[in-house]
Amino acid sequence: MIAELGHFAVILALLLAVVQGVVPLVGSLRGYVNWTAVARPAATGQFVFLAIAFAALAHAFLTDQFSVAYVAQNSNSALPLAYKFAAIWGAHEGSLLLWVLILAGWTVAVAAFSRNLPEIMVARVISVMGLISIGFLSFILFTSNPFDRLMRAPAEGRDLNPLLQDPGLVIHPPLLYMGYVGLSVAFAFALAALAGGRLDSTWARWSRPWTTVAWMFLTLGISLGSWWAYNELGWGGWWFWDPVENASLMPWLVATGLMHSLAVTEKRGTFRSWTVLLAILAFSLSLLGTFLVRSGVLTSVHAFATDPTRGLYILAFLIVVVGGSLALYAWRSPTIASGTRFGFLSRESLLLGNNLLLLAITAAVLLGTLYPLFYDAMGMGKLSVGFPWFNAMFLLFAPPLGVLMGIGPITRWQHDDAQSLWRRLRLACGIAVLAFLAFALYHHSVDGLKVALGMGLAVWIAATTVVSLRSRVRAGTGLAGKWRILRRQSRSYYGMLVAHLGIAVFAVGVAAVSIWGEERDVRLGPGDEVQVGGYTFLFREVAKVDGPNYRSDMATVTVLNDGTPIATLNPEKRRYNASGQVMTESGVDVGFTRDLYVALGEPLGDGSWSVRIYDKPFVRWIWGGSILMALGGLLAVSDRRYRVARYKAKAEQALHGKPA
Amino acid sequence: MIRYLLPLGIFLVLAVFFAVGLQRDPSEIPSPLVGKPAPEFQLPRLHQPERAIDNAALEGEVSVVNVWASWCVGCREEHEVVKALANSGAAPVYGLNYKDAREDALRWLSHFGDPYTAIAVDRDGDVGIDWGVYGVPETFILDADGVIRYKHIGPMSETDLREKILPVIRELKTEARS
Amino acid sequence: MIRALLLALMLLGTAMPVAALTMDSYEFESEAERERFRELLAELRCLVCQNESLADSQADLAGDLREQVYEQMQQGKTNGEITEYLVARYGDFVRYRPPVTPGTYLLWFGPPVILLLGLFFAVRLLRGRTGQEQQLNEAQRRRAAELLDEDDRGDGH
Repeated sequence: MIAELGHFAVILALLLAVVQGVVPLVGSLRGYVNWTAVARPAATGQFVFLAIAFAALAHAFLTDQFSVAYVAQNSNSALPLAYKFAAIWGAHEGSLLLWVLILAGWTVAVAAFSRNLPEIMVARVISVMGLISIGFLSFILFTSNPFDRLMRAPAEGRDLNPLLQDPGLVIHPPLLYMGYVGLSVAFAFALAALAGGRLDSTWARWSRPWTTVAWMFLTLGISLGSWWAYNELGWGGWWFWDPVENASLMPWLVATGLMHSLAVTEKRGTFRSWTVLLAILAFSLSLLGTFLVRSGVLTSVHAFATDPTRGLYILAFLIVVVGGSLALYAWRSPTIASGTRFGFLSRESLLLGNNLLLLAITAAVLLGTLYPLFYDAMGMGKLSVGFPWFNAMFLLFAPPLGVLMGIGPITRWQHDDAQSLWRRLRLACGIAVLAFLAFALYHHSVDGLKVALGMGLAVWIAATTVVSLRSRVRAGTGLAGKWRILRRQSRSYYGMLVAHLGIAVFAVGVAAVSIWGEERDVRLGPGDEVQVGGYTFLFREVAKVDGPNYRSDMATVTVLNDGTPIATLNPEKRRYNASGQVMTESGVDVGFTRDLYVALGEPLGDGSWSVRIYDKPFVRWIWGGSILMALGGLLAVSDRRYRVARYKAKAEQALHGKPA
Repeated sequence: MIRYLLPLGIFLVLAVFFAVGLQRDPSEIPSPLVGKPAPEFQLPRLHQPERAIDNAALEGEVSVVNVWASWCVGCREEHEVVKALANSGAAPVYGLNYKDAREDALRWLSHFGDPYTAIAVDRDGDVGIDWGVYGVPETFILDADGVIRYKHIGPMSETDLREKILPVIRELKTEARS
Repeated sequence: MIRALLLALMLLGTAMPVAALTMDSYEFESEAERERFRELLAELRCLVCQNESLADSQADLAGDLREQVYEQMQQGKTNGEITEYLVARYGDFVRYRPPVTPGTYLLWFGPPVILLLGLFFAVRLLRGRTGQEQQLNEAQRRRAAELLDEDDRGDGH
């Protein structure tokens, strides 16, 4: 009964989405004020109904209602409670419901935090988000209803995919979707601005914090996914260039470009049409990701179970949304005046370089991801494009991007002088080159060159951060004076520095783990030991352990450093009762400068097992860097200028100064 | 104007490829062996392990090689179709028993029926690798010269038999006569 | 993954013993050889498991192919020869590093070309935008720089 209520709530939400998508938009174009006023209540109503639907699905999972097909396929009475809840988004139908719920949540947030924006603009933004919601809600209702009942309820559910029974997976999808869907806000602002023909710096100011927040979630979501894959798949890697991973990376890259481009548009009024294009592309790529993951056009390790009608539906939706918005862009953008001029060497020109590089990387990732599809569609057969290609391409793009990232924050807006810039940067440059040479000479191999490049760039970014800080405090006299200046700097300035340092930390992790890591596949019996990365791994025993919904062979491995035990690891081989699937749970000793990682292979008889052991130096820095990046985003959005008072004044000024 | 239309243009080209891509199965990997002589093999026969079978058996007329195993669910699924193919007399159907135990294979055949002209036993799967087998069942059609001309991956359905397998065999036979 | 598993079940059947010796303990004469084995396997794609390398796959066929690679390495074959051996049987799908052929020129040379084109347009755009800049006289420029310096302090960008 409650499931039917959920289904009904989704239907009502769809009806409200139609109202929300159509009425305020028409009202805004025709000037019917009471029509535009519908936007906020409709958005709130939609959110409420979707929350009801979500709660209904949660209820079905938590009370083991296996008569609901989706619950029967993805849950089991023995499943731990937290995973029963996470199972809501464990497969296609429920994850879509989460998607629309988050979309409705973002819409309500826009409605709540934009009280000071021109009503007509808010109405259009909410309308656009309503139109997107129509697409997804009808997709749910017509092809992917999570509330469908089975004619005969099975006594027991088939259980959640064991791969997903991991704490990382409980929060990875919600974070990722917060990011994907959050990009719809910038998209909606861009379309609203295009529709209204006002593309001045005000819309950039409005959409900037939303973009930063979405980017922050996306950053966290992706790195959590990477961390999960590292822990769960037992192959010790942190990124595989799988289509699904690429699908999340592409919107991230464009969103990163968008944040920088929005900054230029807001501060200098230039790059306007370019920024609009990026806002459209960022969300389009997140929709494209949805298509790639759910349609089955590409082979991936973690694709959803797929069916072609769904693929066709999403493709049609993609064509309407992306095609429509790009057509609007082509129609409206030529009228946008190009902004103020800037010098050949200026922060604007460097940010333009940053944008072009990020877009070029995105294009490359898109090309590599889709090439197998082109190849097949052209009748040339099947092809794989894997990490060797992607790594080669990243080696092409990362160095110029890293170099620009160091120069950009130090360069003046509008015009800078090459000689004075060089004077500011030469020390940092020297240190970075020295670091590069030191690593290159130490390893003198091709792989060593890559490490040297990564380390050199990390040092470069860190050094230029110091240069930037120093140039700001120079005006202060004495420590107290300098401290005062540091305190006066805006949070968004510190946000940028922290995010850029995050990239440096990330680069150290990537470089270190790529070459200094060690890996051994060994056969170990009780009492055997093996040396990896200077540590001794003592294989003690393998015991049978019963979990709530699985049985496990759990090994006990003691790690010794110079004879002193420093860690006990318990890698497991689990067999899940309901599905019979076997999962590897690696045992990891986490450290600041290295991870020690043990994965259990197969029993080889006589009590011994095949075991894979890794020493992963600095691998934590990869995720640590991502967390720093997200933290930088958080600092930037907590900037004083986004707090209400000043925001209100500026918005009013914009409203009265330039009526739409 | 054109530069503003460029993103739309690129997207529409992508959309066309997506539409084509939706019609295709990404898990089906075409064999590079199609158009090449069947890889050489010499294997014991299932029913008479002391007698060998090799490429010579597949030359002289159009033939079908069906890779199967008793542990393979898909093989059971397609077995009626394989029988129908053999009964149609369109071409002799040879079996390649892939990574199977002899007793299991024999029991399976006595249970479900044996439509094969002869069955080669590939105990270790080495011939399977040479033939590019990556999942059973797989079905090869060879012309009279022993060249692989067609490969079907996965269980054959009756539709596959009617619309793909039989027409290919007919075509190859006409080709051989002319 | 779900689909991959379903596919694996469909193609391999259920009664098949899971040999799955992913982490086979092969013996090598030297560490360099072991490293070479590992790197070669990482660049080869397992066919049944959709997107996993031969180094990581637990599929039965992947185990057989690892065995093949190992044997051929022991026979002194080069990485190129071993890859060719597999490509001749399974097609280019097995290699994660796509070959450079006319069909993949776009793939291999596309990104560098994108980079060069981007550079070209950026320079052209900047040339076009800088025209006015040169018309400022020295005093104006100094004044502008001062204004910008003030502005700069307020915000990260």
